[in-house]
Amino acid sequence: MIPLSSYLIVSAVLFAIGTAGVFLRRNLITILLSVEIMLNAVNLTFVAFGRYRGDVDGQIITFFVMTVAAAEAAVGLALIIALFRHRESLNPDAFTSLKW
Amino acid sequence: MPEVVTFYLLAGIAVVASALVIGQRNPMYSVMFLIVAFAALAGLYIQLDAPFVAVAQIIIYAGAIMVLFLFVVMLLNAPQEDGAEWDRTHPLRRAGIGRFGAMLAGVLILELAYALMKVNGLGAAVGSQANATTVSSVREMGKVLFSRHAFAFEATSVLILVAMVGAVVLARREGES
Repeated sequence: MIPLSSYLIVSAVLFAIGTAGVFLRRNLITILLSVEIMLNAVNLTFVAFGRYRGDVDGQIITFFVMTVAAAEAAVGLALIIALFRHRESLNPDAFTSLKW
Repeated sequence: MPEVVTFYLLAGIAVVASALVIGQRNPMYSVMFLIVAFAALAGLYIQLDAPFVAVAQIIIYAGAIMVLFLFVVMLLNAPQEDGAEWDRTHPLRRAGIGRFGAMLAGVLILELAYALMKVNGLGAAVGSQANATTVSSVREMGKVLFSRHAFAFEATSVLILVAMVGAVVLARREGES
């Protein structure tokens, strides 16, 4: 059988990849995709712990996370479309008007 | 040990595909690789006796959210990164800094793995605790969702409404009434 720590390590690796993507990529769409990777890593943790405890609460929290991810994607992509309309660019460094 | 092989295969696919997502210049390929990663994660959910979560993962993530991303990538005609001169000469673009960031991510992975190794009781096998029928039962899940988590469920509906209105307001062209 697979120990719980294996699932948690896979989840940690996915989360680190998502974090690295947020910091290293210079494209707003790729940054949003990295956030989705991070949310999925957390989902894996919830489901693994839920199975470990033997109840369904972990899976239910996963559904809420999925809902939040869908809402985040909708609002985030709307923001990206609005930003692209202003600057014709997806680079986060193009939007520094508020920088002091 | 077919399940161990399956676990390592699916985990490997998920990690490699996720790494390729952030390794691509073209956002279109990133979205495609993310769909692969989500499919592998759905396989892991099936292995964790959560078939309903796996199906929801495929339908909601790979189906709805990724199609939304693909739609926006195509709509904006997905400019490649590093298009402009000022971007190529950006301080963050220098190779040394990129490598430093990748190293920090590696340190984060090692630190998390080390912390997980140090926690007691995590070495126990997943799935030996309760019978799989309770956990994988959609009926049980519905009961708990609509009794103990009823408030969170209702709050979610408000969240979706707010997200819907917000998306419409944000994506609307300025000047329209």
